[in-house]
Amino acid sequence: MSADPVVSRDDLAETVHESTHEGGAHRDAGHVTADGRTIGGVVMEMKNITLRFGGVTAIRDISFDIREGEIRAIIGPNGAGKSSMLNVISGFYVPQEGEVWFRGEKRPWMRPYQVARQGIARTFQNIALFEGMSVLDNVMTGRLTQMRTGIFAQALWKGAAEREEVANRENAERIIDFLEIQHIRKTPVGRLPYGLKKRVELARALAAEPALLLLDEPMAGMNVEEKEDMSRFILDVNDEFGTTIALIEHDMGVVMDVSDRVVVMDYGKKIGDGTPDEVRNNQEVIDAYLGVAHD
Amino acid sequence: MPEQFFWGIEVVLNGLMAGVLYALVALGFVLIFKASGIFNYSQGVLALFAALTLVGIMDGQVPFSHLINAVFGTEIHHFGWHLPALAAILLTALVMVGLAWAVQQLIFRHLVGQEPIILFMATIGLAYFLEGLGDVMWGADIKNLDVGLPQGINTTIDEMTYTWFGYGFFIDNLDIAATLIAAALVTLLILFAQYTKQGRAMRAVADDHQAALSVGISLNFIWVMVWSLAGIVALVAGIMWGTKMGVQFSLSLIALKALPVLMLGGFTSIPGAIVGGLIIGVGEKLFEFLIGPMVGGATENWFAYVLALVFLVFRPQGLFGEKIIERV
Repeated sequence: MSADPVVSRDDLAETVHESTHEGGAHRDAGHVTADGRTIGGVVMEMKNITLRFGGVTAIRDISFDIREGEIRAIIGPNGAGKSSMLNVISGFYVPQEGEVWFRGEKRPWMRPYQVARQGIARTFQNIALFEGMSVLDNVMTGRLTQMRTGIFAQALWKGAAEREEVANRENAERIIDFLEIQHIRKTPVGRLPYGLKKRVELARALAAEPALLLLDEPMAGMNVEEKEDMSRFILDVNDEFGTTIALIEHDMGVVMDVSDRVVVMDYGKKIGDGTPDEVRNNQEVIDAYLGVAHD
Repeated sequence: MPEQFFWGIEVVLNGLMAGVLYALVALGFVLIFKASGIFNYSQGVLALFAALTLVGIMDGQVPFSHLINAVFGTEIHHFGWHLPALAAILLTALVMVGLAWAVQQLIFRHLVGQEPIILFMATIGLAYFLEGLGDVMWGADIKNLDVGLPQGINTTIDEMTYTWFGYGFFIDNLDIAATLIAAALVTLLILFAQYTKQGRAMRAVADDHQAALSVGISLNFIWVMVWSLAGIVALVAGIMWGTKMGVQFSLSLIALKALPVLMLGGFTSIPGAIVGGLIIGVGEKLFEFLIGPMVGGATENWFAYVLALVFLVFRPQGLFGEKIIERV
């Protein structure tokens, strides 16, 4: 256990013993899951995060960690503060209190683009793609953090700049193949249906080869078939590239199938944290989802 | 009749070439508007400022010499050198990049997220500030700009067309040079935007700020870059127009000619700026030629605006502008 003094974490330590699920049982060192994936050490740790907007407290003293190679879900009813949490991780919001630790170092205040350059890629709940650009160009923008040549070399289009472009192009094409969107690679994104846009956004985030991939409601607004497709892609990405994924979802069913560990939020507070089985049996979580009155 | 017909063709050709210059000014507007949503009222003054700086650097003028002499009682006016045109142009381009950086850091960085009207007001302020700065730095007198561009009637075209059609076309060498340079500049800009990482980042920022941030693009860097590009486009426009009519205050008014071009072409489209410029150039010259004599001439002052207004009524987003679709 890490040293943070969050009560629910201690509660969980007890439930862990009862759990038969492979995922959450060994929390100190790296371990291997039932399906053969390796979960490593802590890559990101949120310590006592509090975020307020004026008088409204969106996140209240929340701590949790994300381990290398795992799929970590943050769930909760609408307005629980899930998206706010994702925005804190990706630097779009700056919390009033608390610390963000990334790869063993405390992260100083930084702008969202700097967070992205550190290796944290994300998607958005209501899709933020470059609508006027083709699918390939969108995915290529994901490679920007990987490109090193300066503006003059780029303008002259010589040597290193050209090689870099070719290498990035190959990488982008590989991801496009992986997510099965080859047939639309030249299509302007604005013309695509919703489900495909979501997939293109995932491709763009993946192109950055992120150390941590944040997905904001990847299945929101999708039909059952699209949801199944997206779940499969998320699992495949995690499996194939070993990408650490943190995702937000309010559809509990989907989340339980894909994630290794789940944080449950309600009214800005953390009410549960553990394997899907653990949180499923957590009384507070059940209450929050069944709408028991808060007293 | 054939005589009239050839006149007409000549008018169209001259209109096309005037249109290229309009397009060049409009292009500066489009670059900044696309990337940052700022309608840059100071684009014309940027061209004036660039031309003033270019002449000053070429002639070895000491900037702020009036001010320095007044404060320190000295009598310095010139460094005593005369720089070759190309070197002076490169130095001026550097000054425009520096200006872009200063404008972004001192003004627009602090106005991120403000209403468009506030940003517009800021550019009006910037326009008059730059106009004053140009005066104080380089003096308010009308200056002659000669970077070695050819000028006067192109005799080859005149003779060739005379032998072919029996009518010699009057085409100005400067217009030909301006057209070629503008075409080269636009081609370079489009290649830069399409095939380099900064160009891709620029298009990304123009499309969606939030998404651009999430893939690691610094908006501030892109905005400095876009203002720099607009400054360099303004420099080229300033050279063309400055060579044509001398470097003087009225140079900044060419920006007003770019407005109908923008209404026609759309504020967000580079091809739109070019086609719009050509339509306005040809339209106003042809209208003056055909209808002008019947209404007492001087139609060039207003024709472009009327054409743009008519256009606005039928296609408010411009020729190539993004479609405005409101879902209800």
